Amino acid sequence: MKCLTGRWIARVALVVGMLLIAAVFTHAQTPFGIPRPSAPPPESGGIVSWILAKQAEFYRALSGLVRASKADPSALWALFGVSFAYGVFHAAGPGHGKAVISSYLVANEETWRRGIILSFASSLLQAAVAVLFVAIAAVLLGTRAETQRGAVFWIETVSYLFIALLGARLTWVKGRDFIVALRRQMSRGGTSGNHPADNGHSHDHKHGPHAQDHSGHSHGPDPQDLAGPGGLRRGLAAIVAVGLRPCSGAIFVLVFTFAQGVFWAGIASTFVMGFGTALTVAFIATLAVGAKGLAKRIATHREGFGAVAVRGLEAGAALLVLVFGLALLTGYMVTERMGF
Amino acid sequence: MTFRLLSLLALCSSLALAGTPALAHPHVWVTVASELVYAPDGSVTGVRHAWTFDDMYSTFATQGVEAKQPGAFTREELAPVAAENISSIREFDYFTFAKADGQKTRFNEPVDYWLEYKNETLTLHFFLPLVAPAKAASFAIEVFDPEFFIDFELAQSDPIKLAGAPAACALAVTRRPDPAGPLQSQRLSEATFNQGSNYGAMFANKIAVNCP
Repeated sequence: MKCLTGRWIARVALVVGMLLIAAVFTHAQTPFGIPRPSAPPPESGGIVSWILAKQAEFYRALSGLVRASKADPSALWALFGVSFAYGVFHAAGPGHGKAVISSYLVANEETWRRGIILSFASSLLQAAVAVLFVAIAAVLLGTRAETQRGAVFWIETVSYLFIALLGARLTWVKGRDFIVALRRQMSRGGTSGNHPADNGHSHDHKHGPHAQDHSGHSHGPDPQDLAGPGGLRRGLAAIVAVGLRPCSGAIFVLVFTFAQGVFWAGIASTFVMGFGTALTVAFIATLAVGAKGLAKRIATHREGFGAVAVRGLEAGAALLVLVFGLALLTGYMVTERMGF
Repeated sequence: MTFRLLSLLALCSSLALAGTPALAHPHVWVTVASELVYAPDGSVTGVRHAWTFDDMYSTFATQGVEAKQPGAFTREELAPVAAENISSIREFDYFTFAKADGQKTRFNEPVDYWLEYKNETLTLHFFLPLVAPAKAASFAIEVFDPEFFIDFELAQSDPIKLAGAPAACALAVTRRPDPAGPLQSQRLSEATFNQGSNYGAMFANKIAVNCP
């Protein structure tokens, strides 16, 4: 019975994964320019539309506030307030950042605290990149919009490649863990009933080095590991992958404030936006970590089965990071466009 | 147990997917004023658009453009920008979708395109000729960005004009719904069915001309 469930989960995971990848590739091969994303979730129209409308409202208020702050410094507070709100709503709307961060956290043995750190680091990096980009491309070099669009395209491609590579690495590691756990569970299930709990260990030797090195790193997060300086380094790939691509909205605001002679207000506003974005991403990341914790607690009630389920969840999340990366790279998923 | 676990799995993936593709958020606003151009025989030859960009995007688009008189760009100075704009919106079918008697009709490449700079905003002018003039009892165009990165909004007064249309022709203009207003789920599902599931189709500006 256990064996059956395990196999069934594996099959479902495999089919879903293959379908997702197939969907990405078939779309990439369409002869038309950029393939259009095909399935909006109509049920979520209400709340998503509201978020989008709010976001648009805040964004449109920004240019007026920038103009107002030139004459009246007290308008700066309103500018920062609206920038913050825009950041919060912007991250709640569509965007790959929080999706990649959440999947990354679920795929790894991460704590909610690290989720918050990753969210803030990637959002602030994104703000810093936008400021640097405009400072160099617009202020120092005085390039044309077309040049900047081209530069953003390359930054974007590198960032999406990072996400795909991160996903591929995670899928490789976590997929292997999942298969090991599954095999162990299946062999245990086949001889179930009369073996003591630790008997699974004797099966390990059949799987050789895989099972050996698996047992070394698959246990819960080690608090020491997270506190050390290496803790942030482990998540650096995720931070850079997500934070490298500057937000088009921030670029437009920065260019506008520069043209209006209040560039520093634009810089401050960009970081305030990043702070708002970070709050939303951290909230969603915390939810994702919490959901995984819940799944883990339920799963471990079932002896043996728990390991397979948790590894399956991690492998699925890892695959999701890879799928996001590929979908973004191939243009199947488009999160931003620099206008015309 | 399996069910509970799978539902949790679903919860996690839906969380992760919460920010996925189809829905976009506009970063550019365009105010549309257009003209449907008719030939003497009463057939539609094309659409003459005048699209005015919002001030932030106008500033972005004019960066690095040399102006003899600072802050006042001439049509000539903006010519390269206009050419870039036109060529970059080609892959989006110029955000203009036409039907003659219910049949989809395509456009040729735009002609007579130029940018105008006034009141710190840019207006892109261009003529979009139909592949072949359409003599139709009902002719309709929709203007929108399927991905909704650009919010197309009809101008306040008199957004659509008919140039040289037969006197009997009646114009009906439907503005895109206010994104800030309440959206009826009915409209949403209708748009989803009709437009091949493009989110931005909900925000299409619809122009129909009936010539009995």
